[in-house]
Amino acid sequence: MTEQGNRAAGPDADLTRWSAAELGRAIGAGEVSAEEVTRAHLDRIAAVEARVHASLHVDGEGALAAARSVDSRRAAGQAVGPLGGVPVAVKDVLVTRGIPTTCGSRILENWLPPYDATVVERLRDAGLVMLGKTNMDEFAMGSSTEYSAFGPSYNPWDLSRIPGGSGGGSAAAVAGCEAPLAIGTDTGGSIRQPGAVTGTVGAKPTYGGTSRYGLIAFSSSLDTPGPVARTVEDAALLHAVIGGPDPRDSTSIPAPVPDVVAAARQGASGDLTGVRLGLVKEFAGEGAEPGVSAAVRDAIEALTKLGAEVVEVSCPHFRYALPAYYLIAPSECSSNLARFDGVRYGLRVGDDGTRSLEEVMSLTRDRGFGPEVKRRIMLGTYALSAGYYDAYYGQAQKVRTLISRDFAAAFAAADVLVAPTTPFVAFPFGARTSDPYQMYLADLYTIPSNLYGGPAISVPCGLSEGLPVGLQVMAPTMADDRMYRVAAALESTVGLFTPPEL
Amino acid sequence: MSASTAAAARYEPVIGLEVHVELGTRTKMFCGCPTVFGAEPNTQVCPVCLGLPGSLPVANKAAIEATIRIGLALNCQIASWCRFARKNYFYPDMPKNFQISQYDEPLCTDGWLDIDVDGEVVRVGIERVHLEEDTGKTLHVGGATGRIHGATESLVDYNRAGIPLVEIVTKPVPGTGALAPVVARAYVAQLRELVRSLGVSDVRMEQGSMRCDVNTSLHRPDEPWGTRTETKNVNSLRSVERAVRAEMARQARVLAAGGTVTQETRHFHEDTGDTTSGRSKETATDYRYFPEPDLVPLAPDPQWVQTLRAGLPEPPRTRHRQLQVHWGLSDLDMQAIVNAGAVELIEATVAAGATPDAARKWWLQELSRQANEAGVELTALEVSPVSVAELQRLVDDGKLTDKLARTVLAGVVAGEGTPVEVMAARGLEVVSDEAALGAAVDAAIAANPEVAQRIRDGKVAAAGVLVGAVLRSTGGQADAKAVRELVLARLC
Amino acid sequence: MAAISRAEVAHLAHLARLAVTDEELDTFAGQLDVILQSVARVGEVAADDIPPTSHSVPLTNVLREDVVQPCLPREDVLAGAPDVAEDRFRVPRILDEEE
Repeated sequence: MTEQGNRAAGPDADLTRWSAAELGRAIGAGEVSAEEVTRAHLDRIAAVEARVHASLHVDGEGALAAARSVDSRRAAGQAVGPLGGVPVAVKDVLVTRGIPTTCGSRILENWLPPYDATVVERLRDAGLVMLGKTNMDEFAMGSSTEYSAFGPSYNPWDLSRIPGGSGGGSAAAVAGCEAPLAIGTDTGGSIRQPGAVTGTVGAKPTYGGTSRYGLIAFSSSLDTPGPVARTVEDAALLHAVIGGPDPRDSTSIPAPVPDVVAAARQGASGDLTGVRLGLVKEFAGEGAEPGVSAAVRDAIEALTKLGAEVVEVSCPHFRYALPAYYLIAPSECSSNLARFDGVRYGLRVGDDGTRSLEEVMSLTRDRGFGPEVKRRIMLGTYALSAGYYDAYYGQAQKVRTLISRDFAAAFAAADVLVAPTTPFVAFPFGARTSDPYQMYLADLYTIPSNLYGGPAISVPCGLSEGLPVGLQVMAPTMADDRMYRVAAALESTVGLFTPPEL
Repeated sequence: MSASTAAAARYEPVIGLEVHVELGTRTKMFCGCPTVFGAEPNTQVCPVCLGLPGSLPVANKAAIEATIRIGLALNCQIASWCRFARKNYFYPDMPKNFQISQYDEPLCTDGWLDIDVDGEVVRVGIERVHLEEDTGKTLHVGGATGRIHGATESLVDYNRAGIPLVEIVTKPVPGTGALAPVVARAYVAQLRELVRSLGVSDVRMEQGSMRCDVNTSLHRPDEPWGTRTETKNVNSLRSVERAVRAEMARQARVLAAGGTVTQETRHFHEDTGDTTSGRSKETATDYRYFPEPDLVPLAPDPQWVQTLRAGLPEPPRTRHRQLQVHWGLSDLDMQAIVNAGAVELIEATVAAGATPDAARKWWLQELSRQANEAGVELTALEVSPVSVAELQRLVDDGKLTDKLARTVLAGVVAGEGTPVEVMAARGLEVVSDEAALGAAVDAAIAANPEVAQRIRDGKVAAAGVLVGAVLRSTGGQADAKAVRELVLARLC
Repeated sequence: MAAISRAEVAHLAHLARLAVTDEELDTFAGQLDVILQSVARVGEVAADDIPPTSHSVPLTNVLREDVVQPCLPREDVLAGAPDVAEDRFRVPRILDEEE
């Protein structure tokens, strides 16, 4: 049922199939140039982008220049790092100096930021080659990329289906081999759920473990940049590059990233003796498609064969996670998105000399934002209003405390928690857009970790009707290494996933 | 009796003051942009204070320290744990369309400031002291007054966006009766002295580094407190007093006519001394406050707070007592100096060589008059304490009469130069040279033969008439004593 | 019973500076109503003595020293502006009084 991925066989094997670790090693050893690797990926983009639409902007010239610079450094005898010269695509929610950054929204169409996000700086400093910016649901709100103002991205497994969201572009780019690595951001599941439905690895680090400086804010207390890759080791390598404290982000954790690469390598040995896997009782039988439940069950069984133990845990407040999230996130976003008003940057509509500023702002925002964004802004405005604050936003933050306590209790009995990443496999376009709440259900299993702040990863675990299913592994805050170990162990036994040819 | 005093006869006032102080830190509240005044527009801006997408605030330690020191000097409790909050509303001078401020968890609470008013001590309760970021500056173009009304467009400069601002809010102050306007002014003046003594701000109202809003309400004795109004655009100590007076008078008129006072924000007008209604809103704005998620809580270390408390300078009142003794002044005289915001000015003038009495006379009389006329603070006048001391020296040396000195002073304030320069440029020096005066004396004698004859006959007192004539003919520049001697010498 | 009325939605749109059309208003009112009814479930949890979490990370006192850092060059500041005059951001006439 699973397909083995194509590993690099020799110098003329398709470079776009290689893992990032292999590419980095080969570039560092001088076996292949960074420029050649970049060209191969730019060619791949040219070949498939029309069908996949993973990218909003491809910076071919910038990428080649960066690649050549890596090659020069290497030729001059300088160390280029384990990911030096490896291509990466960046979700269009992170600012990139001089390169259009839109958040998938008309209100920022063609906006050129004058500065780089910290995560982007770290990619550059580590010698990665940024290919371009990937498509996303507008302002990171959505689970299918159908809410992008510039058209959706397409799932390489089945082009009539969604690649997940909000980071569908990053996942589709990696699944479709346009890049071996991508950066996403996860607020309610936006890295993990696309990972699950595209058969890729998507990880959400501990909140605060990766800097939010330069991440265009959706929900400030939840947004977390993280890695997207085709292997667990690749995701860990990327995580190690982008993670760590940042004095420009007051909420960043003042401690180094745990050694996630070592944990991934340890997990790959396939020994999970003594590791306790917590199965969340409240997630059992709750809304998942039968095929998804079956694949997840099989995966958990595979993990027990590697020595892990299964423990049932109860997290009674997890059933309130979705409603709490859909109060907290819109509330924060209603405030975060207030700055888009046509005054300092971005779209301005209706300034014909007769209108007041208030009218111009309101027209700008109404034309510039899509319906999902507007819904959430209004919802958030409501939840923060005097008279409603205590019952909605205030109450949701208390539920958050209770959810965190549930996690704490669960992690007393288990080392990690395992669950499906998302209740359904990739659904067809249009299947969930008529009822917004149907779309929200895609985040059912991912949201609790966001509210708690703990790390979680989605790793491909099987197929259901030919479409990928992801297993989610959740760990305590600051224990990111733990989830990489278990994910790598699973990967070692189920193998890698490659989508059918595009 | 003034209208406000009449008001206080029928109604009891309750006042409250909100003072904003711009801190003099080197950098802004949440980013490292410089705070130096007067830069070219939009040259002291970064992604954070411009509110660019993706930017994040990081709190300025020096600003927090300054706020705690202000709170300690005001006898407040310092929060052991508190947070910043977002105050959400749309306005172009706020780049994020929310202001990072504090809401229900201010850094300092529940203090007091004892102020001296009219020979008594009034304890003004302090409700809270909190920290927030300032907005940018908007220029309204196209209208007649430079205000929003009638403007066709506005231009925004974000250099000042993000400057740290401390907000000090008093508890309501009842029971001041007809003295309410004076109490309000005294509070602001003495608060200013206190903040300046801490070295955290230059607290200059005319430059906007200290701003004041005044709340006023009236109620009948033994009845619940009335509806209060908030008055803004109160830009000087004198305006504080005038604004309270105006509101008391206005509210009394409304109440006496059987009406009700509307809860609203009013605007104070320097030129008329009246307040007018701002845009009235049916309901108060809902700012949808919530804790700022991009910042973590502040939990000031108790040891640190203790060190700051121990390091506070001596309170201004103590210093004022010492100066008062040193200068030999009565309580009321010293209070007048404090409430005119003139302590430092007089100190500096004395240091430059003048006597305390002379310094006091110039600053509290002539210069205060000029400041009031121009509608500005004393410190805003273009005259330094050194100049005032120099002026007094010229009078002491007989080079200027008191009257001439006032003219010279006007010239100095107008920017014409130092007293010596103005005196020379305008030719105002007292003339005592016999040769120069001789002609004028002869002319006066010739023009007033009867008077001259009376003097010859022994009525020496009549010499005053001729002295007056000479003074007039010399534009007041003759040395009266010398003139008198010449007249008597000629006629006796 | 509706959790939110059309009029309330119109008010929210105004507060949020969104010039929604009448058609949008009808659609949004229906959708927000459904969403609100679902999220209101948080009220089922007895949480009177539970402290709210605003940060999953238990940090305090993250501060910076009062040291000047480089600013953005003015061209960068104004580069994305829809309308500039006299090196400032130009906006059409403002109705509301300053706060």
